[in-house]
Amino acid sequence: MATRHDTAAPPVGEGGAAPAHSGAVSGADARRRARLSRRWQRDIRWSPYAFVSPFFLLFLAFGLFPLIYTGWASLHTVELTAPTDMQWAGLHNYTRIFDDDFFWNAAKNTLTIGIISTVPQLAMAMGLAHILNYKLRASTFFRVVMLAPYATSIAAASLVFVLLFGRDYGVINWALHFVGGGHIDWQNDKWPSQIAVSSIVVWRWTGYNALIYLAAMQAVPQDLYESAALDGANRWQQFFHVTLPQLRPTILFTCVVSTIGASQLFGEPLMFDANKGASGGAEHQFQTLGLYLYEQGWVNQHLGRASAIAWTMFLILIVIGIVNYVISRRLRESG
Amino acid sequence: MRTSIHRSRRLGALAAVAALTTGLLTGCANDSGGKSDTSDGGGKGKTTITLGLFGTMGFKEAGLYTDYEKLHPDVTIKENVIEKNENYYPALVNHLTTNSGLQDVQAVEVGNIAEVVQTQAAKLEDLSKVTGVDKSNWLGWKWQQATTKDGQTVGLGTDIGPMAICYRKDLFKAAGLPADRDQVSKLWAGDWSKLVATGEQYKKKAPSGTTFMDSPGGLLNAILSSQSQKFYDSSGKVIYKTNPAVKNAFDLTAKAAKDGLVQSQPQFQPGWDQLISNSKFASVACPPWMLGYIKGKSKADSAGQWDVAQAPQAGNWGGTFLTVPKSGKHVTEAEKFVTWLTAPAQQAKLFAVQGSFPSAPSAYTLSQVTGAKNEMTGDAPIGTIFAQAAKSIPLQPIGPKDQIIQQGLTDNGVILVTKGKSAADAWDTATKTIDNNLEK
Repeated sequence: MATRHDTAAPPVGEGGAAPAHSGAVSGADARRRARLSRRWQRDIRWSPYAFVSPFFLLFLAFGLFPLIYTGWASLHTVELTAPTDMQWAGLHNYTRIFDDDFFWNAAKNTLTIGIISTVPQLAMAMGLAHILNYKLRASTFFRVVMLAPYATSIAAASLVFVLLFGRDYGVINWALHFVGGGHIDWQNDKWPSQIAVSSIVVWRWTGYNALIYLAAMQAVPQDLYESAALDGANRWQQFFHVTLPQLRPTILFTCVVSTIGASQLFGEPLMFDANKGASGGAEHQFQTLGLYLYEQGWVNQHLGRASAIAWTMFLILIVIGIVNYVISRRLRESG
Repeated sequence: MRTSIHRSRRLGALAAVAALTTGLLTGCANDSGGKSDTSDGGGKGKTTITLGLFGTMGFKEAGLYTDYEKLHPDVTIKENVIEKNENYYPALVNHLTTNSGLQDVQAVEVGNIAEVVQTQAAKLEDLSKVTGVDKSNWLGWKWQQATTKDGQTVGLGTDIGPMAICYRKDLFKAAGLPADRDQVSKLWAGDWSKLVATGEQYKKKAPSGTTFMDSPGGLLNAILSSQSQKFYDSSGKVIYKTNPAVKNAFDLTAKAAKDGLVQSQPQFQPGWDQLISNSKFASVACPPWMLGYIKGKSKADSAGQWDVAQAPQAGNWGGTFLTVPKSGKHVTEAEKFVTWLTAPAQQAKLFAVQGSFPSAPSAYTLSQVTGAKNEMTGDAPIGTIFAQAAKSIPLQPIGPKDQIIQQGLTDNGVILVTKGKSAADAWDTATKTIDNNLEK
């Protein structure tokens, strides 16, 4: 019910209410439309930036700033107990890395542990993927099981592995005892300790890589196998001459990802010897670069040194990335 | 009906979100996930004093919070405990340097107190000026450890760890050694090398599979802590490599390790716990709290088998200080509370319940200390034995990086001798590691 005066039909002009208004109304309408359209265009133009901004703001705060700050700190002598008290040290923190036996020891360990964990890991993943690619009953079950180690926390897994690899009461030495194996000190001897750490990595990541390979295998066109079979190729020949070449980009991808993962290896060796923690064994026999960085920064509280190590690791990773890129291009050209 | 269901659902969701958010916010604000704080005059005008602690310090278990709350009805006490000091301490340093996230009272372990005194004193209250704090209540060296060069005392001592040698009577007897505690003390009185010599004697007739002592690290730690100087001299200079006392302690421990007088497991690791539960060693350097640890890892049949003899020279292992950060919410209240909590009577009560030995000598004559008994040691008057050790602990300068040096000597040094390295090689590995870790 219209009780207010202005809501009643307005007596406009001679011809009646509505049409007399139309000119004025359409003018306002046009203005409104123009305004809306301008707003819409602004919207189209800027909204995407607003939508992606959270990531970039977070990246600025938690990615770029720490990166730059670390770079700045690496040029100073600065301790964690007084992070604002910085003394200019120039490139000293970097130059000393060249004479730092512990750094090179850690680098060597990172490389060897990286190799003895990545190579068997990818080979096993490939084998498992090949098996899973057959028609299997309950294949989903097996695929989920594959991923289970990856979903387990490193800390929990490492604790179990520490118990398995114990010297005096460990299950593995106990089992070795029956086949006449020696009394292996898994934590204190160089190669056994590195193999033990690698086994944690292998256990954790094999299933993950197997699933990636499996996905790639299922994308291989079936007719390739059919024609190979017509040519008389057996299962193995099919695997080597059809599957592997088809999987080349995937293999490269997993190699790159595993290499990066291996060069940042940290949790497994840290947990493997809870007593020595960051020193990676009594003789640093399984201290990786990540562990060394942590030891300098958080145990010894030398923030400047730790930053320099972090940046050196970053540079090493870039070099590895370039090498990877070059190799993959060569492979692609030859393939 | 539909709308009302909708609305109730939406309300439910809102409530859930709100609960989560406040949970998160208070979680962040309280830092260690305590319940939300009802302080600042909220509620019934109560003040909540918060304590940041590590491990089991036992104030709550000894009923000291309830005692204080009875005396001061307007005060509530809350503690936030982090299990391990190696996780607690870096966080504390971060909080102190940024002046945020601090509790009203923060505990500091003796291994970290020198670093806190030297680098964080400006952020902490001078507790020597608080009314009711009487310097003469504490052992001189304990007070000194938390005091800066210009006389600011940043922490009040709660407990200390006077070290004796705990030994298994049955294993000593089996190896033809005396089992009476006074006779055992005489075997090695005054000289650590006599202790090692006793070990050689033990080894001749030792029950199979057992060793004289528990670990190289434990022996090294015991010898080092009884020296008048260890890793730093009184001016604060690092002297660990040139101090003959350190080298002698290292060599003596290495000799014991080489001769198989110690087990080869590092302390407090699963392998070491197994040794306790299987009764594989006959003695261990032992502050009062170690008896509690042994009890926790032993099988029932070893109760009463232990006894406590004096160490060749007494030393200190462990102990804690309570500090009051300046940026806390209730500084005056916290100071009052800390003063009360570290007074002799309360320290004695803490010992009776928790086994943390008092750092206040006047507590040693209280019945709670003199009458103390322990399940592992039967009728041995442990309060008196440890009090005697406490009085002869040397005033040893402690330095900011004591822990790093000690850990290097143990975990990168003497442990290697049990793996067949020579003492000289082990010393090289240890010093190289330590020097690298000390260099800024």
